[in-house]
Amino acid sequence: MSQSTLLVKPEYPWKLTPKDLLTDLLGVLFTVISSLAIVAITPLKGKLGFALVLILMSLVTSMTISGLKKDRKAAVNASTTVLVYIAASFVIIALASVLFEIVRLGASQLSPSAMFTQDMSLTASEAPLNEGGLLHAIIGTAYIVTFATVFSTPIGILTALYIVEVKGRFAGLVRFFVQAMSGVPSIVAGLFIFAVWMIQLGNAYSGIAGAFALTILMIPTVARTSEEVLKLIPSDLREAGLALGATQWRTVANVVIPAAKSGLITAVILGIARVIGETAPLLLTIGGADAINLNPTEGNMSAFPFYVWKNLLIGSENAVSRAWQGVFVLMIIVFILFTLARYFGAAKGSRRK
Amino acid sequence: MKDENLSDTPNGREEDMSQITGMQGSDGKSANPQERTVATHSLSDVAAARMAKVGNPTIGTTGLEAKGIHAWFGNKHVLEDISMDFFSGSVTALIGPSGCGKSTFIRILNRMHEFIPTAALAGQVMLDGKDVYDPGVDVTKIRLKVGMVFQKPNPFPSMTIKENVLSGLKLAQLKIENADELLESCLRRAGLWDEVKDRLDEYGGALSGGQQQRLCIARSLAVNPQVLLMDEPCSALDPGSTLRIEETIRELSSSMSIVIVTHNMQQAARVSDYTGFFLSDGGPGRLIESATTSEIFTNPKEKRTEDYVSGKFG
Repeated sequence: MSQSTLLVKPEYPWKLTPKDLLTDLLGVLFTVISSLAIVAITPLKGKLGFALVLILMSLVTSMTISGLKKDRKAAVNASTTVLVYIAASFVIIALASVLFEIVRLGASQLSPSAMFTQDMSLTASEAPLNEGGLLHAIIGTAYIVTFATVFSTPIGILTALYIVEVKGRFAGLVRFFVQAMSGVPSIVAGLFIFAVWMIQLGNAYSGIAGAFALTILMIPTVARTSEEVLKLIPSDLREAGLALGATQWRTVANVVIPAAKSGLITAVILGIARVIGETAPLLLTIGGADAINLNPTEGNMSAFPFYVWKNLLIGSENAVSRAWQGVFVLMIIVFILFTLARYFGAAKGSRRK
Repeated sequence: MKDENLSDTPNGREEDMSQITGMQGSDGKSANPQERTVATHSLSDVAAARMAKVGNPTIGTTGLEAKGIHAWFGNKHVLEDISMDFFSGSVTALIGPSGCGKSTFIRILNRMHEFIPTAALAGQVMLDGKDVYDPGVDVTKIRLKVGMVFQKPNPFPSMTIKENVLSGLKLAQLKIENADELLESCLRRAGLWDEVKDRLDEYGGALSGGQQQRLCIARSLAVNPQVLLMDEPCSALDPGSTLRIEETIRELSSSMSIVIVTHNMQQAARVSDYTGFFLSDGGPGRLIESATTSEIFTNPKEKRTEDYVSGKFG
């Protein structure tokens, strides 16, 4: 028997047995077949009808099987599980179909040689896709978003520092306004800059006006995310800094901000991702252009969302294809930004280890 | 000052001692081997053993003195009329049940009290003859002179071990030439040098809990404080780390005055020269008794002190 102790195999008693799996599989089969049958027999027709019946049948089947095998509690558990899966699949289906459409329509019609080297100043939207590109939109978005980031990052982070670190008399009020600001519809931000910067102060369309509009939208995102990040820094660390004879400013600059650095970077990147696709405020502020404009302070400027909007409005086959190209490239850029955000967000944990 | 000689303990105390011994049974494990060799089974023995080793506390000059301290949080009166002297070169332990204001009291000593928004204060804290609460006193200078070690180890996560130790200089904007020497001496005095000398560029969070706490002590030492306040520095640590920190306290006590809040009465008896007993009867916390440690543990004047140190309540 001494050998048997050596031959102990790892087991997984909490896992489903083949018998359980079989009943589950039969349940799934029954659900699908019965749904098909119901759709065939009753007047409930079409894909939507099938989906509806499938949801109901999967609920009924899972409850019945668990109820028969165990008890009422297991039946409730099974039905809740099915509901959760259904809810999750709705979200995933919606997201995946958007991504799928963009990739299908955008990636299939890429013309990299022209896209990234030319603008549209000499090309009609209807022209073949190997002529003309979106370089002017890339440059415009780069300018506008860079300026918006430069304006909103210090304001947003300082606002968060005021709320969390200074805890000034108006902290609650500022917090309230930041929250209210994050609910401002983006076109209102555009209208505000249009009314104040352009009509009242008499400035023309320019990249910087678009950057101002996006700044208004970006500040609340940066401020609120930074606030959450700063709140996560344990107050022990602040006390430790102060107990070493530091002023509050030295403590914030040398202890709190370095400890929150990765989170603050994430806050800025989330802010960029929030505004990079904004269309409405740009329509009112940058004027739009087909040619590359390297001066952000003067002259009409283009941007990705504007490019997409304009080409969709033109509506010819090649113009719509150009719009999808723009959406696809923009999506790739946002994807890269979110990946960066995740990377910097995760870097903190691994480094502390 | 009454000099209690413990070899001829009065008979009446034998009973109390056996009670203490019984109560202390579970705690006995945490007593370190070194202490066990001197046959320490009761708190009074521990205190006596310490006294035999380091001699009677000499009443040095008063470095820090609290005079008639009252404290409030909002309308709640939490400390009432606390007056205590902390002699330079000595260790003072503050004992008492939770919620009796010990931590509040030591936070008052280096002006950390005022960070609580509803806090209020009356009385004086004299450091070298000057009230630290005088208007016009630079509060950051006070905290440089009166350092603090917290209950939970809190090394700065964004800094390496080396940067952590020297962070006080950076934070207080002090210039120093031989930073490496200071680094080594602080880590040596905190009893951490041998363990970390090869990994000074690792992050502080990579150390164990006990090492982190000693890193925090080293950090406090780098700005060369006159007084070191310790708020239950060992409550989150295992017996081995506790022993190391107690050794550290013993080594440090020659060069600065140390005030330590502790719930571990063995620890108070092991490390301190003087002990103050705080108690709150539901109202504000009061200083019931303060005397040399051996007196508190062998011959307390107050019945309540005796009950507390013998484990009858609290």
